[in-house]
Amino acid sequence: MIQPDRIVSTTCPYCGVGCNLQMHVRNETIYRVTTPFDAVVNRGTLCVKGRYGYDYVYNKQRVTTPLIRKKLQKPGKRTQAFDLDEWRQVSWDEALDYTTQRLVEIYQRDGSDALAVYCCAKATNEDNYLLQKMFRALFQTNNIDHCTRLCHAGSVVALQMAVGSSAMSNTAAEVIHNDVFILTGANASENHPIIALQMKKAIQKYGAKLIVVDPRRIELVNYATLWLPEKPGTDVPVFSAMAHVILKEKLFNPEFIDTRTENFQDFAASMEKFTPEFAEIVSGVDRNLIVAAARMYASAKNGAIYWALGIPQHVHGTDNALALINLALLTGHIGRLGTGLNPLRGQNNVQGASDSGAMPWHYPGYQRVDDEAAAIKFEKGWNQPSGSLNRQLGLTTTEIVSHIAPDGVRAIHIMGENPMMSEPDLNHTRHQFEQLEFLVGQDLFINESHAFADVFLPAATFAEKDGTFTNTDRRVQRVRQVIPPRGESRADWEIICDLAQRIEARLEVPTARWDYAHPSEILEEMGTLVTEYAGVKYKRIEQVGLQTPVYDDNHPGTPFLFAEKFPRGRGKFHPLEYHACAESIDQEYPFILTTGRVLEHWHGGSLTRHSWLDDLYPEALVEINPVDAEALGVKSGDTVNVRSRRGSIHLRCKVTEKTTPGVVFIPFHFHEAPANILTIEAIDPLAKIPEYKSCAVAVTRASEKDLKNPEAQQARGRY
Amino acid sequence: MTDDITLTIDERPVTVPEGTTILQAAKSVGINIPTICYHEFCTSNGLCRICVVEVEGSRTLVPACVAKVSQDMVVRTRTPRVVNARRTILEMLNASVDLSEDENIQDLMHEYAADEARFPLAEPRQHAILDDNPMYIRDYAKCILCWRCVQVCADDAQYTYAINFSGRGYHTSISTYYDLPLTETTCVFCGQCVGVCPTGALKPKREWLMELGYTPDQIMQMTRTERKSRMRRPQASA
Repeated sequence: MIQPDRIVSTTCPYCGVGCNLQMHVRNETIYRVTTPFDAVVNRGTLCVKGRYGYDYVYNKQRVTTPLIRKKLQKPGKRTQAFDLDEWRQVSWDEALDYTTQRLVEIYQRDGSDALAVYCCAKATNEDNYLLQKMFRALFQTNNIDHCTRLCHAGSVVALQMAVGSSAMSNTAAEVIHNDVFILTGANASENHPIIALQMKKAIQKYGAKLIVVDPRRIELVNYATLWLPEKPGTDVPVFSAMAHVILKEKLFNPEFIDTRTENFQDFAASMEKFTPEFAEIVSGVDRNLIVAAARMYASAKNGAIYWALGIPQHVHGTDNALALINLALLTGHIGRLGTGLNPLRGQNNVQGASDSGAMPWHYPGYQRVDDEAAAIKFEKGWNQPSGSLNRQLGLTTTEIVSHIAPDGVRAIHIMGENPMMSEPDLNHTRHQFEQLEFLVGQDLFINESHAFADVFLPAATFAEKDGTFTNTDRRVQRVRQVIPPRGESRADWEIICDLAQRIEARLEVPTARWDYAHPSEILEEMGTLVTEYAGVKYKRIEQVGLQTPVYDDNHPGTPFLFAEKFPRGRGKFHPLEYHACAESIDQEYPFILTTGRVLEHWHGGSLTRHSWLDDLYPEALVEINPVDAEALGVKSGDTVNVRSRRGSIHLRCKVTEKTTPGVVFIPFHFHEAPANILTIEAIDPLAKIPEYKSCAVAVTRASEKDLKNPEAQQARGRY
Repeated sequence: MTDDITLTIDERPVTVPEGTTILQAAKSVGINIPTICYHEFCTSNGLCRICVVEVEGSRTLVPACVAKVSQDMVVRTRTPRVVNARRTILEMLNASVDLSEDENIQDLMHEYAADEARFPLAEPRQHAILDDNPMYIRDYAKCILCWRCVQVCADDAQYTYAINFSGRGYHTSISTYYDLPLTETTCVFCGQCVGVCPTGALKPKREWLMELGYTPDQIMQMTRTERKSRMRRPQASA
């Protein structure tokens, strides 16, 4: 029996739920994770990633010394180097001086537009705040983005348009106060496991009714009163048909519409065409189910909507989210305990990274870069000359990749992210990355993206640094250093400060301030510029996190939003039209591919594929409905080829009713068979989010010999 | 609004809301009743009986973790009969289960002066360590059948129902359906069961390997095949 030297309380680095972790340490080795039963977010429960998934910290492939590529990389001839032999171990001084020299050289030659940076929704608020500050203040570029673009951009834009705020309106644990809730485009059991437990409890112990609207028969369908199995990308017709029924049957909330909303007439007129019959034809959902769902949601005392990436990851992702918002405004199911509009955020700190300004159109706190007053405020805050900050909107994640060109983006700094796994149409992404002039990788492992880099800066993991994460229900929680950084790795904020000071010295400009002794000072600086964070201080969140907005040192935080009014004043209804997905099926490509995640893995796999979690789910599997499997003549475990107009991968199949006929599902974690080779780079015109949830593919039988790692197999019994 | 109930515990008057258990009522006035299978956040089942108390007018001893208070009830938590019962429970548990990692039970054994050799002919329960997945091991020789793991796997938390009791009497154990390896059950490896196990019967696998003498470096250098291997001895070559 091992006795801990110490037990350190911190926040889980995986999903947006933000569970508390108590890490037990013996001889600087974390050997057990527990969580208190009175923890405010997770009440003693964890999922497999939180409880066991920290071992990537100790993985032997982790890089803990700064590296520079031995062979100078030229644009157009850039190659991937996974092997350490292709890198030279260097000192921090050499790595940072080299980075400074190359970035400044490109900046002075080609200007601000030649530089871009990927911030990181896994890193802390402090890390993200500093990285965007460095690129905005030192290089005057707004080409700053992170994976929120690939995740909830459609939801964020829609919520900004309709209510003026873009976070989850309620606290996740409030689900027990719902009597009816809709879950759509979200597989909570696998992607927000602890919220799924709270949902099951709400249903089993508090009598809530669940309506699932999803092309996949997710595990929570077992607990649902209604399941509307729509075709991918038909959310606007399904939810608008519900609105149609609510309007026709006068189930709406006239008082709420009168006092809290605007644009009702235009909206109501546009719903006329969305009859349940029309929605049935387009979506494949039985019209009676749509009517039943509309009545159930509208007549609820407390109705709420929870959604994840099935809604925004479409070319009409913003419209999909607007369709949900319309429903909440129509019924008045918002602004009270147990109601609301709740986009379940994916990453541990995607809310925080967005709040911290890791976005191309906004400074921290969603203050627009093209707003003169906001720009002046940040010029003052960051000690920059008047008029120096860039007023032009920057490039988004996908646009950064497509703008890599001789007269476009020349250099990228990537902190943590892995666009070479997470961007759509990876063959195109690869071609673009090869054209880069300079690439900085700042991470734990040489992943598919950093393998293209010129210099690698080894970062500390969540367990080796202090900071804060902001979870999906806007709760700012402490991340604490559990063990000393491994090897020479350093916390991201320290790397950024060191690098920024070198760049400033070289540019001979006034300092924007980088001499922080502790991350708490960084958050305090951010609080002076972002009113919603003004009252978030480390000393206040040592025990329990605070939910933003927290306007001053005495403000108690905000468990649910919009009680009195919406940030934009009245909630705005939006008329909607139906638009098809970018690519439709045909004889050559007869299946719809939808992508997503599995319980055991995380996104591009940098963390979980370097963890023993990989033993539980070691290979990519394509889910095929039994009807389709029979027609294709395949059974579970057979190898198939899945190809789209953009690429082709080989992987084993899993025959399961978890996916509906005509739809196949592939998780995107596996570099041996990356789902994003197949996906389409078609983006929502407003939110610029790619359509990961629908593209046309063909599936054919193949041989096991085509698999890159046929030994990796694990029989599993879980749903 | 529930009615308040007044009762006497160890000659002290106590007033608590209706529906309160004797255990909670006693705790509210600082009287500590020992527990083993009870867990504040799990459904109580009154399995281990260490929390028994004497209630006036009741023929048998009453398990405080599940018995609700009633008006004018007279409870005594530490009579000779209670102490004798608790001591015997501890001695019987100790005769069949490896309790070495349960500090709570060790303390109780000491407090109640339990005789470790009370049942010299008892046969300790023998179970091979189950190492069938990469996340945690199951060492049922240490299992006291408190049922917490089953409860959290079911309606107390996870709604996954991967494990339950199997067998009868002395041969009762916690098991998966048909003794399938955990990977092939509905188990999602959330580890709620590990989080509530009081005796070290359930343990993270890496912690167990460290106990066996492997260094953290050796553990993290294991290949997938080595991790799966069921025969494992500390070795320098790993």
